[in-house]
Amino acid sequence: MSENIPNKKKKPALTDRRKFILNMARGAGIAAMGGFIWSAFVDEVTASQLLLRPPGALKESDFLKTCIKCGLCVEACPYDTLVLAKPGDHKPLGTPYFTPREVPCYMCPDIPCVPVCPTGALDTSSVSTDGVLDINSADMGLAVVDEESCIAFWGIQCDACYRACPILGEAITIQYQKNERTGKHAFMKPIVHADACTGCGMCERACVTEKPAIHILPREVAQGKAGDYYIKGWDKEDEKRLVNAKEIKTVTEISKESAEDKLNGNLLEDLY
Amino acid sequence: MKTLWNNYRYLFFRRFTQIGLLILYFGANAWGWKMLQGNLSSSLIMNTIPMSDPYAALQMLAAGAIMATNLLVGVAVATLFYFVIGGRAFCSWVCPINMVTDAANYLREVTGMNKVTGIKQPASRNIRYWVLALSLIISAIMGVTAFEFISPISMVHRGIVFGIGFGWAAVLIIFLFDLFVLKNGWCGHICPLGGFYSILGKFSLIRVKHLEENCTLCMKCKVVCPENHVLHMIGKESLPVLSGECTNCARCIEVCDDDALNFSIRSMAQNKKMGE
Repeated sequence: MSENIPNKKKKPALTDRRKFILNMARGAGIAAMGGFIWSAFVDEVTASQLLLRPPGALKESDFLKTCIKCGLCVEACPYDTLVLAKPGDHKPLGTPYFTPREVPCYMCPDIPCVPVCPTGALDTSSVSTDGVLDINSADMGLAVVDEESCIAFWGIQCDACYRACPILGEAITIQYQKNERTGKHAFMKPIVHADACTGCGMCERACVTEKPAIHILPREVAQGKAGDYYIKGWDKEDEKRLVNAKEIKTVTEISKESAEDKLNGNLLEDLY
Repeated sequence: MKTLWNNYRYLFFRRFTQIGLLILYFGANAWGWKMLQGNLSSSLIMNTIPMSDPYAALQMLAAGAIMATNLLVGVAVATLFYFVIGGRAFCSWVCPINMVTDAANYLREVTGMNKVTGIKQPASRNIRYWVLALSLIISAIMGVTAFEFISPISMVHRGIVFGIGFGWAAVLIIFLFDLFVLKNGWCGHICPLGGFYSILGKFSLIRVKHLEENCTLCMKCKVVCPENHVLHMIGKESLPVLSGECTNCARCIEVCDDDALNFSIRSMAQNKKMGE
């Protein structure tokens, strides 16, 4: 093209060195672009917190890097409780989870889903007591009662969740309380005990309300944390937490103004 | 010998293996068969021998996962297996995506799409190694197995065994990409798993070998080959195909009517003498 325009000087051809540098820059640039899109996508698809893992699962961040998504746990599950996340499930793709309202974990004593895991993403030792498999030590989630929609809290007699619980009388207990409204009946309120509950979801499955008033949440979502500031001083076990407590010094800057000047000054301005 | 069977025998065996494996995996989940459990990421053969995807394990390592013994045994079994039968034999004999991209390639040929897009390929076949490196970097930074969360291969395979969801969209995307954008686009340019097995295949034992004396320069092999740069020696020298990018699909062997191509065991001495 440039030959046809006589006044325009012909650009010198690219040297090999420049070509090499440009090609490297192009490759690196495309890799960086692709890398950012890829990372953003992976970050999004692994962000879901509200899913329940099989028994013995490592903590979520470790689980995501360790699970190879082979589905051996799913095949081992005799109740079809476990499924692998499909595209469209909006869960970390290919990883196993369960939906208790559909099929809860029936807590098989031999825990067939855990020992088959080839990568240790489902950890046998975390569901064993003294080296023997013990499904009661599983920690899939925690049952949470919505007192607004639980009819037992209304005063209607229902103990479906209590009866369904495989650790009857430990994970869920019934608390009797006088019903002041009628004056002659009792509330029979289900109370979940976090230390015993495995998160199997049989209570959620059994719940009679239209949308379950008792449902399983992952422990990280369901539970709060008091932190090191608050220790039960009357509890020898809890006092042990002091060993790990870290001292945090907070410093509040003291005003150099005298109290009188401060009060006579523009307080509103200081506030906003 | 020019018979239908001779011209398509390996293609038949490949489809037989690909579909057969899918059926075995499917049966394990659906009917509790014990022959081949799990999926391509990690399997259990006859309820005893583990076999795990070494590339997935590499990403786990990059992500900082603790490697279980069972997994390492599985990785060793798979690595040894593909070392013997040729790294990318996975691509042409096992991978379910191969059927999709082969279909796109076939349509390209019969519709004349290749003439529209031209022979010159606008993309480098080395992209796969860049994607491979990138997947390990992202795995290390994000602490998850980066490719395993986007891999259309495991998405489709898992989908067929465990329920596909929207996974069919991944198949369609790859099919359209290979048909309209880039010839052999996914398998021959982008797929980092293919890149990984290419590297493993550099050292593998079973190789295609060319006999120059028999060659009549019909170039049918170069037309059918999905990685035709590996056949650079056709009609020039009697050499084995040493590039790891050869998928051992054997299409070149079966289309050759002159017995100029065949499988052979790599001879290490020749390898050293001739180079690549």
